[in-house]
Order: sequence, then structure tokens, then C-alpha cells
Amino acid sequence: MHGSILVATRKGTFIVERSNGGWKPRLAGHVGACVNFVARDPATGTLWALLGHGHWGAKLSRSRDGGNTWEDAPQITYPEGARYIDGAEPSPDGGAARPTFKPATLLKLWCIAFGGPGEVYVGTIPGGLFVSRDGGESFTLNRGLWNHPSRGGDLFAGEGTGVTHWFGTPASEGGEFAPGIHSIVVDPRDPKRILVAVSTAGVLESTDGGETWRGRNEGMRNDYLPDQAAEWGHDPHLIEICRAAPDHVWQQNHCGVFYSEDGARTWKDVSRPSEGVRFGFPVAVDEHDGRTAWIVPGRSDEQRMAIDGGLFVARTEDGGESWTPLRHGLPQEHAYDVVYRHALHNRGDVLAFGSTTGNLFVSDDRGEHWSVVAHHLPPIHAVRFA
Amino acid sequence: MPRVELTRHLFAFFPHLTHRDLEVEASTVREAIAALERLAPGIAFYICDERGSLRPHVNVFIGDERVVDRKGLTDRLRPNDRLFILQALSGG
Repeated sequence: MHGSILVATRKGTFIVERSNGGWKPRLAGHVGACVNFVARDPATGTLWALLGHGHWGAKLSRSRDGGNTWEDAPQITYPEGARYIDGAEPSPDGGAARPTFKPATLLKLWCIAFGGPGEVYVGTIPGGLFVSRDGGESFTLNRGLWNHPSRGGDLFAGEGTGVTHWFGTPASEGGEFAPGIHSIVVDPRDPKRILVAVSTAGVLESTDGGETWRGRNEGMRNDYLPDQAAEWGHDPHLIEICRAAPDHVWQQNHCGVFYSEDGARTWKDVSRPSEGVRFGFPVAVDEHDGRTAWIVPGRSDEQRMAIDGGLFVARTEDGGESWTPLRHGLPQEHAYDVVYRHALHNRGDVLAFGSTTGNLFVSDDRGEHWSVVAHHLPPIHAVRFA
Repeated sequence: MPRVELTRHLFAFFPHLTHRDLEVEASTVREAIAALERLAPGIAFYICDERGSLRPHVNVFIGDERVVDRKGLTDRLRPNDRLFILQALSGG
């Protein structure tokens, strides 16, 4: 299992293992179901799959035998009284607009991460961080983040501030436009330090195990609000850290590629639009060298396609000062692949990514050369090394 | 007692319900789903969300009639009723 690749697709979970010098995929579960994310808890070996059944809702599934059999795990639900501001309506008497509130129900399980002993984190839509301290036997909503002032304060207790700075994400299910948590990064040096990224709000940090949170968006820029330097309203597509040097944090954002050398306290735009390095969804960071990262560029937010029909990965080894396009083995004409935020991952010198057109690519040499593992998988949502 | 008929799609998740005669002691839809939950723990969260409302893409019929109260599930069941729990199709 260790070293194999877990692939979450629109139609099931695949496991890809080394075979005769190459890689061989097999359908390992959830046949026909939408799988948003699959990951292995390194502490227990349990595989976790985050499902989105079209009719039956979001479900957490787990396997304790390496993907041979799966079972429904204890399910994640929002507690009674959890609600969020979903808009505003004009006051009937012409006065100030009034916020409208919506009871929270689980729309989507989006990502899972593992922290200190027994700690499992799940990010959801609408905007929930669920925490387990017992290895995933039970989950509770993190109230510090749910009640954060940036999203209107404590709506369990009352009306809060009436104003939210958390907007929606098109990745919501069921046609609802609600915020989502897609990135959860636990500092390997200190499991009480946690970064999350929210579409659409920005990056938040806790240094006390999730009790309190603060925004970490200094230096970010957005192109779609009147105030481009607004504290909130950012659209991170993914954040990732260097495991050996966790102060090196990378962010592929809707508005560019951003890099922080100080643990997300300040961000620097390291995009190179003339080289295609700007729009995309995923980012992977070298496990040892925080200045080395990989992205898969796409053509602008309006199009979301491979640039000029040629798919490439871009790598920097100098903290975003320069980027190298890596195209060897990737299709260079008539490619329309889009790579979703969780669908690029690395382990050592091996990288893997999968696309919405069902192509899965692997490189054994840090992206220099790529080989196609599969051409005809269902649309790929996530790729993780086990 | 009312008898519940499930879409076979749900048997994929709850195979032990396959071919079972699902007669339940219930006078409302809510009570019927609670009875199902006792037979197959977890199934209520497939049919309803955590607020107890029917999921948007689930259809429930009593006989030929779609239930009216999708939030409170208060539609009445008579002893000889058949309660159908189906996936809603919206075309395609």
C-alpha cells in the first residue's frame, strides 16, 4: 500500500500500484459513486474516502484492509443550531438590509487531513472544519472557525454581526453557493498549528489547536473585488507546505501563484503570466526543499483549459523566481485537460496528477519525464500517495 | 402495518434489507423512516439530511401520491399503505 497512488474519480476509487516497472490501476471501490478525495491515515493505515452520492448525500467511507473492503464510517453532520449567513434581503420599511440565515446541512465532504495522534480533520461545504480526536470514530464541528468574526460571529448564540465575508464556491453541490474548506495543513512540528484555506474567503491560521483563528492574507491580491487588497474575499484554490520546512507555504490562487517564507504571515505573488504561470488549481511542494514547487497551469479563469492545447507542469526551484515548463511525455496538441486542486501530489521524486478528461500521469524524476498510466478513467477529482 | 418499498439502489448500501418484507409500525412517514433506521442503522441519513428533511433528490410516495411534507414528514400512513422510497429523476 505504501507508495501506491489513491485516485478519487467521478465514478469510484482507484488504487494504482507499481507493476513490472510501470503503474497499474484497479477499481478498488465505490463503483459508480462520486468520490471527492481519498487518503490514507499514516498513523493507522486506514483509507478514507469522501463520497458525494447524487441522491443520498455526502458520506464518509473507510477501509481498514488497504481498499479491499469499504464500510460507511460514522457520519459527519452539522450540529443543531449551526447556520450561516447566505445573503441579505431588503428591509420592508426601506431601512438597512437584513441578513438571511440558512441552517447548515452537509453538502460536500471536500478534503481530509491527519494531525497529531488520533487527530483527523475534514473540510466541508458549507464551510465546516470537522475534527476527530479518536481516529475518526466521531467528528465535531470546530466552533472557533465556524463562529469566526469574518463570517458573522457566533450564530449559535444570536444574530452575530449580520455580515459575512465568506462567499461561495462553484464546487458546492446541489446548486447552492456556499463557502468550502478544501485545504487543511497541520504543521508537522506542532500539531496545534493549523492552516486552512477557504473558497471564497482566504487563508486562516490557528496556533492553539483550533480554539482561535486569524486571517493570513497579507500580500494577497484579488482581481474581482473593488478593493484588491481586501483582507477577505480571496479565492485560494489550494495551499500546501513543505513537510521539512513548514514555514514555506505555497498557494495556487484564482488570481495567481503565491508563496510565503514566513508561515503564511506574508505572501508574495510569484506568477509569471507570460510563461503561463498564473491560473490553475493544484500545487505540490517538495518534501525537503521549501523553494521547490510544481503547478499545472491552465488558461485563465474564463476558459479553464490547457494552454494552447498543450499540457504542462511548471516547476520552480528558487521560490518562484523562475519557472521551468515540463512537457516531456505530456500531450502537446488537442489537450483540454483540467487538473483539479487535489489532483496533483508528490512523494519523494515521484509526482502524479490526473485530469478531468480521465488521464493519469506519473513522473519518477521530479517532473522531467511523464508517462501515461491511464487514458480513460472517469473525471479525476483527487490523486494522493498512500 | 404499512409496508415500505425501497429503490434497489439502496440495497447496494444496505444489502441485508434485500428481499425482506419491510412492514413497519408507523403512522407517519417520519415514524416509518425511524423504524427503517432501527432495521438498518445509517439509512435515515441516506434518505434525509441531518435536519430530518428529505434530500432534494429523494422521492417518497404513499401509494401513488407523493408525500406533501418533505420537511416534517408528517404525512399519515394507514395500516394497508405502501410507502415507496425512490430516487428522484430529473431527466437525462
